[in-house]
Parts: sequence; C-alpha cells; structure tokens
Amino acid sequence: MLRIPLKSGKWFFAITFSAAGTVIMEYCAPVTLAEVCAALGAASGTVKVFAGGTDLLPRFVAGVNPPALLIDIKHVPETREIRRLAEGGFVIGSACSGGQISAHTELVRSWPGLTEAMDLIGSVQIQSRATLGGNLCNASPAADSVPALIASRARCRIAGSDGERELPVEDIIVSPGRTCLRQDEFIVSFFLPARNPRSADAYLRMTPRTEMDIAIASAAVNLTVDEQGVVNECHVVLGAVGPVPVYALPAARILLGSRLDEEVRQRFRRQISALCRPISDKRGSAEYRTDVTAVLADRAAMTAYNRALL
Amino acid sequence: MNEEPTNYGDVAEVAAGNKPSAAVVGTRPVRPDGVDKVTGRARFGADMQLPGSLVGMVFRSPHAHARLLKVDVSAALALPGVKAIVTAADLPEIPDDQAMDKGQPPDFRDMSANILAREKVLYEGHAIAAVAAIDELTARHAMTLIDVDYAVLPHVIDLHQAMEPDAPLLNDHNFTKGIKPVPKKPSNIASRYEQIHGDVVAGFAQADVIIEEEFSTQPVHQGYIEPHACLVNVRPSGRTDIWCSTQGQFMVRAYCARLLQIPLADLRVFPMEIGGGFGGKTTVYLEPLAILLSKKSGKPVRMEMSRADVFKATGPTSGSYIRMKIGARNDGTIVAAEGVLCYQAGAYPGSPVRLGCMTAFAPYNIPNIKLIGYDVLVNRPKSAAYRAPGAPMASFAAESLMDILAQQLDIDPLELRLRNAADNGTQTAYGVTFKNIGYRQTLEAARAHPHYNAPLGPDQGRGVASGFWFNIGGQSSAAVDINQDGSVLVTTGTPDIGGSRASMAMMAADVLGVGYEQIQVRIADTGSIAHSDLTGGSRVTFAVGMAVSQAASAMVEELRRRAALLWRVEVDQVSWMGGVARLMASGGSSSLSLTQIAASSAETGGPIAVEISLNAQGAGPGFATHICDVQLDKETGRVTVVRYTAIQDVGKAIHPSYVEGQMQGGAVQGIGWALNEAYLYDENGRLLNPGFLDYRVPVASDVPMIDTVLIEVPNPRHPFGVKGVGEVPIVPPLGAVANAVSRAAGTRLYDLPMSPTAIHKALKRAARRRS
Repeated sequence: MLRIPLKSGKWFFAITFSAAGTVIMEYCAPVTLAEVCAALGAASGTVKVFAGGTDLLPRFVAGVNPPALLIDIKHVPETREIRRLAEGGFVIGSACSGGQISAHTELVRSWPGLTEAMDLIGSVQIQSRATLGGNLCNASPAADSVPALIASRARCRIAGSDGERELPVEDIIVSPGRTCLRQDEFIVSFFLPARNPRSADAYLRMTPRTEMDIAIASAAVNLTVDEQGVVNECHVVLGAVGPVPVYALPAARILLGSRLDEEVRQRFRRQISALCRPISDKRGSAEYRTDVTAVLADRAAMTAYNRALL
Repeated sequence: MNEEPTNYGDVAEVAAGNKPSAAVVGTRPVRPDGVDKVTGRARFGADMQLPGSLVGMVFRSPHAHARLLKVDVSAALALPGVKAIVTAADLPEIPDDQAMDKGQPPDFRDMSANILAREKVLYEGHAIAAVAAIDELTARHAMTLIDVDYAVLPHVIDLHQAMEPDAPLLNDHNFTKGIKPVPKKPSNIASRYEQIHGDVVAGFAQADVIIEEEFSTQPVHQGYIEPHACLVNVRPSGRTDIWCSTQGQFMVRAYCARLLQIPLADLRVFPMEIGGGFGGKTTVYLEPLAILLSKKSGKPVRMEMSRADVFKATGPTSGSYIRMKIGARNDGTIVAAEGVLCYQAGAYPGSPVRLGCMTAFAPYNIPNIKLIGYDVLVNRPKSAAYRAPGAPMASFAAESLMDILAQQLDIDPLELRLRNAADNGTQTAYGVTFKNIGYRQTLEAARAHPHYNAPLGPDQGRGVASGFWFNIGGQSSAAVDINQDGSVLVTTGTPDIGGSRASMAMMAADVLGVGYEQIQVRIADTGSIAHSDLTGGSRVTFAVGMAVSQAASAMVEELRRRAALLWRVEVDQVSWMGGVARLMASGGSSSLSLTQIAASSAETGGPIAVEISLNAQGAGPGFATHICDVQLDKETGRVTVVRYTAIQDVGKAIHPSYVEGQMQGGAVQGIGWALNEAYLYDENGRLLNPGFLDYRVPVASDVPMIDTVLIEVPNPRHPFGVKGVGEVPIVPPLGAVANAVSRAAGTRLYDLPMSPTAIHKALKRAARRRS
C-alpha cells in the first residue's frame, strides 16, 4: 500500500493506492469550516467525516469497505477549542479529545458527570484520540458521553454545504449507527448552557471490566437543588437500554421537589426499570440491564445530588 | 512428571561436587532482552521481512459444520497478483496407521485436517484454502473469488448436547476409545479415561458426610498478545527457512517435516521473540501453509493471523462439565473422592481430561479415588495446551468441594487442607510417590500470612484453594563458548518466554564463578544447536538449566585443563574458584583469569567450547495455595478482587522477580477465567466475540497487586534445586475466586465464569428461594 502526500491548495491531501495501482481511498484535511463544507458538498461517492478515528479505523481493519473520501476535521480550529462563554456556558469543539476535555479544569468542575463519562472511554491511548463529536456520531446506544451530553441539555452546532443549523443532542441519533445529519453536514461544536448554583451531574455505567469495555447499561443524571436541598431541575438519561439513549422524563419528575429520600428513590428505581426497553445480547440479558439501570440511575442521582449540595 | 532418574549424567555430579556458589542465583539482575523489548527493537513473528515477499491469507469456513461439496479456486488464481493457492489436495494424505508416533499424541492426521479441511469443515474459522498474493488487498479480493459449495450440517457447540445419543456427529468413524467392548455406534465421545485408586465404595462407607455437586467451566483462550505469524522462504534447492512465533523451533521443524513429508534437514526454523504463548504456541497452524505457498510461488510468503482468526481457529483450553463427590469423617479426614469429568476437545480428540483426573486431588492424601474422564468432540476449534493443561477446571471442582466441606464441618478451610495434605511419601492416585514436596509449607505460610488474618469488610468474602502441577524435564541442549576476550556465550534451543535468558546466564555465572554481565545468552535456530524440546511444561529453568549448568561445569573442567597446559602441570594441580584458575603448588599465588586463558586459547588447542545435550529427569512437582478476597456488589453482581496472595513451593527461585511474575501472571489469568472469560456463539455456531472487547481478559486495573510468597523446598535432582514454577499458579485461582465469591454472596456458585450477569441471576434465585 502506497501513501502519497500531496498539497492541494491549503488542504492536506493524500491518496492511498493498492500495490496493483487502484485508488482505495482519498483523504483530505481542510483547515477552515468553509473548506470542510465545500469538500462535503463536492464529494461524489461515499464520504466519511473523520476525527479521532477510534471507531472508524478498526472498522476498515475488520474489512468494512473504506469510503471514497475521508475528510479529517481535526485541523479546523473551531472543532478543537474548549471555550467558556461570558454568560457561563461552554463551547466544546466536536474534535476535542477525551484527554483535552479531562485536562480542562473549569469544564471538569462545572460538568463532572459529562467529563467523567468521556474519560471512561477506552485507554490512555484512546483518550488522546477519541473525540466527543465522534462518540456521538458513531451513534452507538452504548456511547458513554451521549447520555451525559443529553442530560446536560447540550446543543450541537451543525455546518453543511448550504449553511448552519443547531439541534439538541437528543435529536442527533435516530437509530443504532445512524444520525439525522445529511451527508454534507458535520458537527462543529457543542454548546453547554450556563449552570445555576448548586447544580451537578454524574454518570455511571456497568461494565464487567474496570476499563477498556463497553457499557452494558448506563445512566446520567444532571440536577439542580435549591437552598433547602430540594431538587428543582432534573434530567435523567439512560444508555444501552434502547436503540437510542432514553430521556427518562417520568423518572426525573419523581425526583423533582424531593430531597432524594428513600421512598422517592424506591419509586425512582421502579420508574427507571419501567422505562428500559433493552435487548438481550452477548453483553447482557434484558432482565439484567433493566435491573442494573435502576441501580445505576439511583446511584448517579445520589452522586449528582451530593455534588450539588457541596 | 515425576519420572525415576535414568540418565542423570556424570557431569551433573561434577556440578554437585563442585557445589556452585550462589552469588548470582537468587538475585534480581536486569533481564538481557529488556532494552530491546522496551525500545521496540525486539523482533517478533510478524516483524521479519524479505524482499519480494508475498502476503499469505487463509480462507476460512463461515459454517460450524458442513460437508465440502466443491472448492473451486480457479477464479481466485486467475486474479492478477495472486501467485499461489493451496487446498487440502496439496497436503500429503497421512494414513491412519502413521498418524501418531508410538500411539502418543499429537495425531498428525488430525493436525493436517485441522490445517486445511478435508471433506468436512468442523468449526467456524476452519481453514479451507490459503492464498499468496502480492499484497493484502489482492489477497482479500482473491478470498471473495474462492467458490465453495457447502452442505451445511447440524452442529453441536454444547458439551451436554454433544454427549446425547442423537447429537450431530463430527466424525462418523469415532468409536469411543477406552471402553470395552468397543462401542458399535459412533459418538462424539472420543475416549474414556479411568483412574482408580483404592476402593471408593469402601471409602464412602466410612464417611460421616458426603458432598456431591456439579460444576461447569467455559473454554478459555490463552490470550497471548502476539497473534500467530511467520515468514517462510523455500529456496529453489528446497532448503527452507522459517521465521515464526513459537514455543519450540524444533517442534515447528518436526511437525512441518512430518505433515509435508519433507526431510528434517531441509527445514531451518528461526524462533523470533515471542509475545506470549501459554501453551497455545506448541503446535503449528500457518507454517505448513506458508511452506506450500512459498514452494508453489517461488517467493517468500509472510502470514499473520488477525485477532479474530486467533479466536476462531486456534486452540482454547477445554470447557468442562464435572460431577464430583467427596466423603469425609466428622474430623475432616477425607476418605473418598469420586467423579466424572467431561472436557471439550473441540473438533478433534485431545482434551487434557486425563491430566484433569490426575491433578484434581493431588494435593491431598486420599486413600480412595475414582475419576472417569471423557474427551468430547464439539464444533469448536481444536483445543490446545494452556498453562497446566486440564488442571484448573478439575481443581475448581475439587477445591469448591473442599470449601463446602469446610463450611459444613465448620473447620477453617486451611486447617481442613492441612489435615489432608499430601506429604513426602504420599502415594498419588495416578501412581507416583511424592518426594521433596513443599505443599504443607504453603498452607502453613498461608495461615501465618497477614492477608489470611486481615478483617473482611461488608459484602466481602475470602476464598482459599490449592493446586498441583507435575512439571517436566525433557530433552535439552546447551552450549557454552568462551570468546577471545573472556566473555561467555551461552546458547540454548528453547525460546525465552518467562525470562529464561536471565536465569540461564545466572546459573552459568555461578558455576563458572563469573559475573552475570560477562555472559550473553542466545536462543539458537534449529541449524545452530542440537534438538531441544519446546518451552512448556514448566521445564526450561529446570531441564535447560540443568543442561546449562552441566555445560558450564564441563567448561570449568576444560578451563582447568587449558590452564594446566599453560602451566605445564597435571590438571589436578589446578583449582578453579571465582572465575580464576589457581596453581595449587603455588599456594594459589599463581593464577590465570578466564580472560587470560581465553586470550591464549590458540596455544592450548583452539577455541574453548562445550555443548551438552541431555534428557532431564527428576522434575519436582509444584504446589501452590492462593488466598483471594473479593468485594461483591450485590445489586449489580459485579465482583472486585480486592486482595490476592499467591504462595508457592518454587524449589529454588533463580531470579525471584521472574518467579513472582509467573505467580502473578498465572493468578491474573485464573482470575479472568473465573470471572469473565467465555466464548459466546450464535445459533449457527458462529463466534460472537472474537476480540478482546467482548472476550474479557482482565486489564491491569481489574486486579490488585498480587502478593507472593516463595517457599523454597529445593529439588535435590537439580544443581540449584529448581522446580518448575510457570504453570501451577493458574491452578488455584478458579477455586479461590469461586470460594471467595460464594462466601461473599452467601450462596454457592458452581459455574464459571462468575460474570456480573451470572452472579446477579444467582443472587436473585437465592433470594426467591429464601422468600
């Protein structure tokens, strides 16, 4: 296999050949948003947006046909920045790596649940490549960062060949492996809203191993308490118990107005289990997932609550 | 195993007479291969390249069981860039009567059929053809052009189902061996093994308490990080060079020669660094294919398995179903044990069930034992050796029963084992009488260890278990050369898996009386040293260490002789100490260093070199006792191993760090086996988890620091007292973890792996039973 690096305008460009001389895949790395959009718009044939590549590259190795064109978005500055806005919110570029996110102390302080969710993915090596946007666009029901992103009420800035639009994260994944993005669109960044005082989030997942594993079930809770320690805002999202992450509104409502007393938690757990629609597969039975998700959501709620009180 | 000595050579007595000082042995020097390995310069199986090499790739069956109606490779062969294709038709047919040597495994007829399927494919991933092409993409493309017609047959993955009378048959000509009269009907039971010691009926009649339970374990893969890989160059003369990842270069040479009917002398095998083997690299898969492809194409051929190939087509160790019972008096004295052990062989006969029967109760002095073993065919890859083959699953059953017995009689589990412990003079059920064993000492050390007396937290449980492994000796060669500058080169023919370069250098250093740094160790190819059996059976430090020690002793004699020549005196006038020859008549004031003798070697007869080949006997058996503490999350079923201590009689630890490493590694592999590792199949017999994501070996953060205690009861049959240490550490963990989990859960678990889902289910069942 041959790899010839070329310079085409301002884009890095490379073409991969087989030894027999056939073109296997073209790769480009635009450096501005407009160039990415132009490349997406002009592409004929299959095209894939490429960031960390931790989901994409193993698929090629496993024998899945590579696309005709791979567009690397990592060289676009907007996809790589973490920025705190004056009003208190955050902008996180879609190609920010797990390592970059964990190293951002302000972000970690404001969003401990989201940042620990991202940090749970893979190993140190994976963390230096895997991106928040990639984790979402891979559209796995078990993606670790996605329940936490949804619970945080994050919104996506989406750029395409004919302009930009904004969508909440929960609208992105439509089914396992599929997003609502058009072929000429990609996610530039995420916007996390400003925090009220006494707010915190938490994320927990169940894996047989401590790391290098995929969630059998997971739960993210993001809540705010008032000065009396009563929950006045709450978002609960469950992972790996449905084709897409489950926004558990009826369960969150149970916690609203409570101090997470034992009786409330019992009802909360029952409601969580009732909202699970898992499948049985090699990673766990539906029954196990249903039981364990309630445990995880309860523990995540307690962690978020205790963090919010601090 | 514990053979009687037959050829414990003269040179060993010299070594024993010249009792080597232990200046280096027992210390912890840096390993000689370390720098290359941490800097990425060490070359493994897939690292060898030759100009013009082709890429070899295997076409594998998508079906678990099917008859091959047609294998047409013509379209693939016509693809530009494809240089050769081989199928079973290219492999010599091995007649039944020539399948084995003296009736001993391996069965080369089966091995040949496993390398390329004939008539039938017996598991998903079974090789059907191999392609050599100019690059990987072309080879992949060629795969899609191979045209195979299958008549898909019913398959059987499950052990119980395979033993049913109406089960789909893997081999219509399989009539169970070991049953008289020979059955008239074929079945999937390849053989029956029986081990009888004493009289179990009379034994159980004396029992106050009898416990009988059923256990199951899943097949587990050795999980070596380096997949199988080789580069083969068949030259026009027919002379063939093979570079590969293997536990034994002489094994690769012998197996390839036998399978392909090539003279041994035409094959030369270069062992590369090995990224783990654990028994799984004691056979051949790719090398014969690469030889055939290289021969056909006239080019070097490089082959490498993917991780999925490794899981689908190389041997795990057997899954098992075991029914076992023990009887004891109220004081804990065990009077009888009985059981049936069924092991999955995979697609061809050869599970280690016999070794399971032999090892299950070996740590105990039990007068009456009857164990029956069945070797069962299923549509899975043929099982291969894995660290203490056959012992861990049998030990899991036996040690679980010991724990249940301890609970029922309210006796401390270590105390119960002490009351029944095998000692010197104990006759084992498999016939050997133990000598110089240190089992009891491991139990006493366990009882005295702070771990055993540390308080347990809520939802924590503590389990103990013991284990036994034979350890072996075997054929071994070693050469010692003195270079002109006085540096020493030690050469062996056994790949370094567990740090043997270091231990060989250390033993040689002490026999020669020189420093560790003065010695280099080389692992030679099959053309550069005499035959050596493979690295396995915990034999290398013992057997090859014996050859190295003997070669070094012979070297001392040679150096004395050379010094005598330089001084023009009789050799008995020369002593050797601390790497220096001294003239006795001078009161030791006249001396010649090894460097001086080496510099004058041309004047005393030329290069100074010694080579020893032997068949080492008298290996000392290994015993271990492990203590495991777990924390159980009762709501999720998740187990965390919070504390673990491995105690083992190691004979003599040549390099204690590597001995500890073996004990820790074995414990971790056993923990993985106990908690999470399993093969998952779909309804078509296709493997669902052929990768490390869903085949869960433990990662570093899954285990605590494994504490180790080395007990040193020397083996008098070895110059330094060595017993094998590499295998026994994987025997106790299954029982130790299971006993800990069962105690933490408050309910007994009988099936491995004890994954979160399995434990959750068991806890729910137990709760329902209580309510």
